[in-house]
Amino acid sequence: MSVLAARGLRKSFGALEVVCGVDLSVAAGECFGLLGPNGAGKTTTLKLCLGLIQPDAGAIELIGEPVPLRAREARARVGVVPQFDNLDPDFSVAENLLVYGRYFDLAPREVQARIAPLLDFAGLTGREAAKINTLSGGMKRRLTLARALVNDPQVLFLDEPTTGLDPQARHLIWERMRRLTAQGKTLILTTHFMEEAERLCQRLAIMDHGRIIAAGSPRALIAEHIEPQVLEVHGPGVEAWMARAKSAAARVEHVGDTVFCYALEVEGLLKTLEGESELSCLHRPASLEDVFLKLTGRDLRD
Amino acid sequence: MRWIAVWRRNFLVWRKLLAAAVLTNLADPLIMLFGLGYGLGALMPAVEGMSYIAFFAAGQLCTATMYTASFESMFSGFSRMHGQKTWDAILYAPLVIDDIVAGEIMWAASKAWLTGSTILGIVLVFGLASSPLALLAAPAAFLVGLAFSSVGLIMTVLARNWDFFSFYMTLVMTPMMMISGVFFPADQLPEPLVSVAKALPLYHGVALVRPMMAGHLPDQGWLHVLVLLGYAAAGYLLAIRFARKRFSE
Repeated sequence: MSVLAARGLRKSFGALEVVCGVDLSVAAGECFGLLGPNGAGKTTTLKLCLGLIQPDAGAIELIGEPVPLRAREARARVGVVPQFDNLDPDFSVAENLLVYGRYFDLAPREVQARIAPLLDFAGLTGREAAKINTLSGGMKRRLTLARALVNDPQVLFLDEPTTGLDPQARHLIWERMRRLTAQGKTLILTTHFMEEAERLCQRLAIMDHGRIIAAGSPRALIAEHIEPQVLEVHGPGVEAWMARAKSAAARVEHVGDTVFCYALEVEGLLKTLEGESELSCLHRPASLEDVFLKLTGRDLRD
Repeated sequence: MRWIAVWRRNFLVWRKLLAAAVLTNLADPLIMLFGLGYGLGALMPAVEGMSYIAFFAAGQLCTATMYTASFESMFSGFSRMHGQKTWDAILYAPLVIDDIVAGEIMWAASKAWLTGSTILGIVLVFGLASSPLALLAAPAAFLVGLAFSSVGLIMTVLARNWDFFSFYMTLVMTPMMMISGVFFPADQLPEPLVSVAKALPLYHGVALVRPMMAGHLPDQGWLHVLVLLGYAAAGYLLAIRFARKRFSE
């Protein structure tokens, strides 16, 4: 059963078309990732799916409700973790959950009963009375996650949930997200961390310039779009070596001072490196990041 | 009625800071009332058949109500909308921007009503009004609050930065206060100014409240009520329109 279905989504801001014909389908219980460089249209796509902005064209159905027509009803069963924390600084940790529960028309007793388990889930037990501006970045993120769960949603939208967090905080958020998937919740997240997508998502779509350019499971995307072995080589004289190595690799890219060789197998390539003591070399299996860079290019996005 | 959740959010913040909120809200208007009322009043004969301080009290009640409504809807509202992104967070819940606009206007009007009612209480305690009719100044203060909250919220949803509000305050509110019969009877102004004043909400607020505090029903009271309601309704609709536009980007 699909929890989110979007067809032919289009959205322009002024003359700029930000979303140009996006189709999405997310099944119940899966963790779906929307990947793309900055400015690819990920956040706008999420906002369209939530009914926060009106599409210029296309149809959206979220938890069986047509959006934006019945977006309110759909949002009653959805949680959102936005890209930038917008916890209410006028309130304490517990009050943030209490006040947010009211927006969902929940009975006060019901919200009160949920506060303790939610704070436990967020690792914030004992911090009930803390002010928001005394929390660390990781704590704020966890509280935002707890806030998104206050209405016990079926579907959770997470817009770059771990951007700006340190590794400890990031791993904790990942662990909690896996727990939520295990509870049967559907997770829809945007990210530009390939590691995050590879670890968490059963299915991904890569988005660039407002279009979905590839979709599938992380493994299928790697198998479909890229050679399985990668050799990264850098050091003095790398250009000369590259000229010799080209024939042994399926694809070679020269970026800055590093040469990336993609190949089915690397024995031939490694041979060409023999005696090149000046060159440093890293041999690794291909990853989602290689797919991402191949499909969206290596140019900087600002 | 989803807007009530927004109203309650603001009420809860206000209740946490109750003492400071009430003090700062009332100190200014009361200093003005007694300072100007007794100070200037000592030099003056009766104005429109009442002592100057009683005359000025009605004007000051409406002005303080106007200021509370405007500060709350503009400065506090802008801070919630722009700085704290509280509105964005609310919009993920099953609320839409119209609910937030309604909740903010009703909240600012409620806070303004409290300012007006407290001044009314002090006016009654000091014997500056004695008729039971004066109690009708409380609902009138709510109307004044509603009119200025709605107009203030238009400014908020149009504002790109804080400076925007100083234009409205300096170019609209301050001159309005001068010509609306707050400090002296409005009809002693030269003609074009009287007509301008009659098109503005503060004039009608004062024209509604002053006779009731003096113990008689105002002439054309319905007209004053209608003008205030008109400003509130038009302001509400325009604020919603501009807010929808702002939040669709």
